[in-house]
Amino acid sequence: MTHILLRHRDIPDINKIDVYKKNGGFQVFEDAVKKMKPEEVTAIVKDSGLRGRGGAGFPTGMKWGFMDNNNWPHYVVANADESEPGTFKDRELMESNPFQFLEGVAISSYAVGANAAYVYLRGEFWEVAAFLDEKIEEMEKAGYLGEKLFGSDYSLKIYTHLGAGAYICGEETALLESLEGKRGQPRVRPPFPPSFGLYGKPTVVNNVETLTNVPLILEKGADWYKSMGTADSAGVKVFSLSGRVRKPGNYELPFGATFRELIYEHGGGILDGRPVKAIMAAGASSSLIDVDDKALDTPMDYASVRDLGADLGSASVIVIDDTISIDWVINKTIHFFKHESCGKCTPCREGNYWMQSVIERIRSDEGTPEDVELLQNVAKQMQNKCLCALGEFATMAVVTGIERFPQDFKLPVRK
Amino acid sequence: MTKQVTLTIDGVQVTVPDGTLIVDAAKKAGIDIPVFCYHPKMEPAGMCRMCLVEVGRPMVDRATGEPVLDEDGSPKLQFWPKLETACTNTVSEGMAVLTQSEKAKKEQKDIIEFLLTSHPLDCPICDKGGECPLQNLTMEHGPGKSRFLFDDKLKMDKHVPLGDLIFLDRERCILCGRCVRFQDEVAGEAVLAINERGRGSEIITVSDPGFDSVFSGNTTDICPVGALTTADFRFGARPWELKAAASICGQCPVGCNVTFNTRREAKAEGKVVIKRVMPRQNEQVNETWICDKGRFAYHYAESKERLGKPLVTGKESSWDAATKLVAEKLKDAGSNAVVLASGRLANEDLFNLKSLADGLGGAAVLYTDMGGGDLVASVGVGQGTNFSDMGQGDAILVVASDLYEEAPIWWLRVKQAADRGATLIVANARETKLDKFANFVVRYANGDEVMAVQDMGGKSKIAEAFAKAQNAIVLFGSDGLGMEGSSNVAAACADLLVKTGHMGKRNNGLIGVWPKANDQGAWELGFRPEADLAATLKGKVVYIVGADPVGDTPALEGALKGADFVVVQDLFQTATAELADVVLPAQAYTERDGTFTSGERRVQRFYPAVPPLGETKADYAITTEIASELDMDLEGSSPVLVFEKLAANVKDFEGLSYVKLAEVTEQWPIVGRGDLYYGGTTYENTQGLGVQLVSAAERGETVSIPEFGKEAGLRPKEDELMAVPVTKLYDRGATVAPTELLSERIGETTIALHPDAAKKLGVEPGAKVKVSFDGVKGEAVVKIDETISAGVALIPRNMGLAIREPVAIKVN
Repeated sequence: MTHILLRHRDIPDINKIDVYKKNGGFQVFEDAVKKMKPEEVTAIVKDSGLRGRGGAGFPTGMKWGFMDNNNWPHYVVANADESEPGTFKDRELMESNPFQFLEGVAISSYAVGANAAYVYLRGEFWEVAAFLDEKIEEMEKAGYLGEKLFGSDYSLKIYTHLGAGAYICGEETALLESLEGKRGQPRVRPPFPPSFGLYGKPTVVNNVETLTNVPLILEKGADWYKSMGTADSAGVKVFSLSGRVRKPGNYELPFGATFRELIYEHGGGILDGRPVKAIMAAGASSSLIDVDDKALDTPMDYASVRDLGADLGSASVIVIDDTISIDWVINKTIHFFKHESCGKCTPCREGNYWMQSVIERIRSDEGTPEDVELLQNVAKQMQNKCLCALGEFATMAVVTGIERFPQDFKLPVRK
Repeated sequence: MTKQVTLTIDGVQVTVPDGTLIVDAAKKAGIDIPVFCYHPKMEPAGMCRMCLVEVGRPMVDRATGEPVLDEDGSPKLQFWPKLETACTNTVSEGMAVLTQSEKAKKEQKDIIEFLLTSHPLDCPICDKGGECPLQNLTMEHGPGKSRFLFDDKLKMDKHVPLGDLIFLDRERCILCGRCVRFQDEVAGEAVLAINERGRGSEIITVSDPGFDSVFSGNTTDICPVGALTTADFRFGARPWELKAAASICGQCPVGCNVTFNTRREAKAEGKVVIKRVMPRQNEQVNETWICDKGRFAYHYAESKERLGKPLVTGKESSWDAATKLVAEKLKDAGSNAVVLASGRLANEDLFNLKSLADGLGGAAVLYTDMGGGDLVASVGVGQGTNFSDMGQGDAILVVASDLYEEAPIWWLRVKQAADRGATLIVANARETKLDKFANFVVRYANGDEVMAVQDMGGKSKIAEAFAKAQNAIVLFGSDGLGMEGSSNVAAACADLLVKTGHMGKRNNGLIGVWPKANDQGAWELGFRPEADLAATLKGKVVYIVGADPVGDTPALEGALKGADFVVVQDLFQTATAELADVVLPAQAYTERDGTFTSGERRVQRFYPAVPPLGETKADYAITTEIASELDMDLEGSSPVLVFEKLAANVKDFEGLSYVKLAEVTEQWPIVGRGDLYYGGTTYENTQGLGVQLVSAAERGETVSIPEFGKEAGLRPKEDELMAVPVTKLYDRGATVAPTELLSERIGETTIALHPDAAKKLGVEPGAKVKVSFDGVKGEAVVKIDETISAGVALIPRNMGLAIREPVAIKVN
């Protein structure tokens, strides 16, 4: 299929500005600025059914529509903090199709009336940031960024900003705090960024992949976008496939493609031909899907995956086969979340540390069945109490892992 | 009238202003929702998650906008499955909150269990035990047993000094962030921060020296656990062993309400001693805070150097003999008698002293270097004045005062008024800590103080802002000035207030940033300063009470030696007492009742905390004994009666009584309930909020401003270095120096020079130089101040160099 996001796989050197321009690049942005009203742009995106690709799946056009027009200036922030284990799509997009991403940032900025946009990259992406800085400079030289673009009154500058190694800064309000130079910890919500965002001003925070969709939606129309995917999840998704597959990597597929298709047709199936045991569809923040044929044939869209008792999230599909014990898996996720917890709220800070003590004991030769029950309880005790989603998601793999794969948690009864 | 909202909390209907947080609405309804990170004087953080409650809101039909009704016609409520934090959510009409439902109780229990996982089992050795919110809320809401293995508990540092006054125990810290947020939001000095993240988060100090803020002690009050403790009280006593005595801090004119906690101790030979000073809530004076000086510098009252017996010509004597001798000498002196008293004394003491002086036909001299108290009496701030009510549309002018060093809690409240939008104008010849919160900083040259104040009545942008302000308060001090200069500045300030109509009503008027707690009281009661003390004392019979002129100004030794007879009534054997014929041992104010009049003209009662030392008597009682020998009938049997007489004789005190001063009204926020809403240790005020005196302006009387000089102080002359006096919070004063804990902060004698002046003299910062002026010789360590004029040097008062006004000096 022709890619609309991973276009570098069809068009070599699309990360060069001339090649991008030759393939229609920036025309949509110019047309929008010269001929369209900002609200019209938002309406198209709303109509297209585009949903946030960072994991929450919030309707993008609706988010843009929430911007408070009584409070100025407005900002757009691209969330390039990509830190969910098993997610590596945004990196490829920024490295290989940077201009489409940046044009998406530009169009969304025009739509919400922002004259400054920031790309917040995780600290480990310093090379990507430097690369984007070059691309931004090229766009400025070519007249696509700067003052009074295309002879209009609209000005736009895009800046990159590096984080410093914290997963929590992918949470939009923690990201804004970090961008402001403060400790990266989530804010109390409400208010949400479209009312109170960067420096207290209305801000749209969108994932890199979400924004990369925008130029082609504007070019080809909402109906075109809706013609792909499913009724509940329009368009295409870059699935980051990893785990025990032969060909891990990023695969762009329309929503509705099944897990089977992703794993076997694109991912080359499981190493050594083993059966799939579990799927984590949302990276480390997943509920574990107990895989049977029905699961494998489930279409990958937000609604259908929910029917499986899981969430598609950022579609970072980690595939687990029968050579892996689930206690090993949740040991990894627990350590990850404990390390990344920002510490602001009690249940996440203390709960993750507690879970780590218990899982380590379970995996040592001192673990007891009571410990497994305790771990389950502690995870459940953290739920619905945390200040942000990190604490909530830290519990998903634990609770579903123990519930759905009890055979991996059979410990001898000890005195 | 703010819009009111009615809701129910646990079935109790409550009506509160729109915008009230659920947790505060509950407090008002008598329901204590458990909290840790929430503090009513700070922005809600939503961090600890202890206040999770069930919130139901009336459902509204999306299509029609109409409320959805139940079968019985009442609005249907929608409760979300997830609970919400009561501290971050505001009330809305028809809301129903459940704080003790099964769900809410489970969440509260769970959060306590989480908090206790790594919390150490320190209760037996932790100072907070007995007044610990974590203990109390665990008993109320927590599980009985822990499922966390003891060996898994995180081990962290337990004795981390954050500076030398405050200690941090990292294991006990529950990371509520109150200390960091207090320093940042309330104090405006963000000297604390959280370092690292997750379970490894730790509180650190980011200032050097550590925890560099005079408000640091307040964090130990609001800390909900025993993580922050003071070096002063650490391991001192168990709270339930302590008795509480309501009192007023005697260190500065703010008049913070405090509580002295006392205990009888074996190691003090069975004496009752003060173990610590805690804030007492008075929202109009100090809210719930005190500064570190008030918190730690109380030890002078219990110093071993305290006088216990009367002395006649240096030998121990009896009260009878001593007072008879004093009376005899005073009788002979008649109009040649001089009573020299300071604002350290209580109203009752000063009233009796004034009565004695009047009866003799002698002089009642106020021992001070700052003038203007009579002007404050006529245009002082109106009744009901409260800095907390000042904000947008109001103005505050601070002239010639380093508020942070002279009256820290006023600095705090003025800063907060500026945060709320009040126009803050800071006028001084040098930079002070208030500058960064000011809208306008006026940097006048030394000597131009009066001109700067007069300009405020002119046509500039600043003048306009001041004149237009709905309410305006002027605080004046004696920074860089002596008696004459400060008097001139006071008059100019009073003149400005009269011209702009900012007097005679609440939140308008003049405040004197006096050096002593009851200087205003002394002025009210008729004491007046004399510029030439030497001349005043020579050849007189002098009765010096609560003052040490020779200790402060050694050059006055000659004058005192030239006095006819010297009586000193004080706490210590001061340098002046050494030259006295009779020394009368007085009680410290912690040992008796009395009242002080604050700089805001608020009369407040203090109550005895400890029994009197030795044979000491209260100052007013001593004066009465002397007076009775002179057939003068002064009240002396009880301070209540002295005050009664005072109120009957001093116009502005009319109608006041001890009963009236002891009245309390409900204050917000509510402290002192079992949940220790604040972290426990700000005391509830049950013994008196005090009363502000009515001013002449308030009574509508015409205010006459005396002629004042255009030159407030000297100007530095060409090629001459002029020293000016400034104030340091921690100095060698008698009420501060005996506290060893503060010795580092008191430090050495310093002289501040402009870098050009230092260069000219060839001295580096830190160098020791010889300083001489006007009969004073001494040494000082050089400091650099780039904000002063090159012709000026700053010398702090009470640090060993007897500076009383701007004076030419020689360095090296």
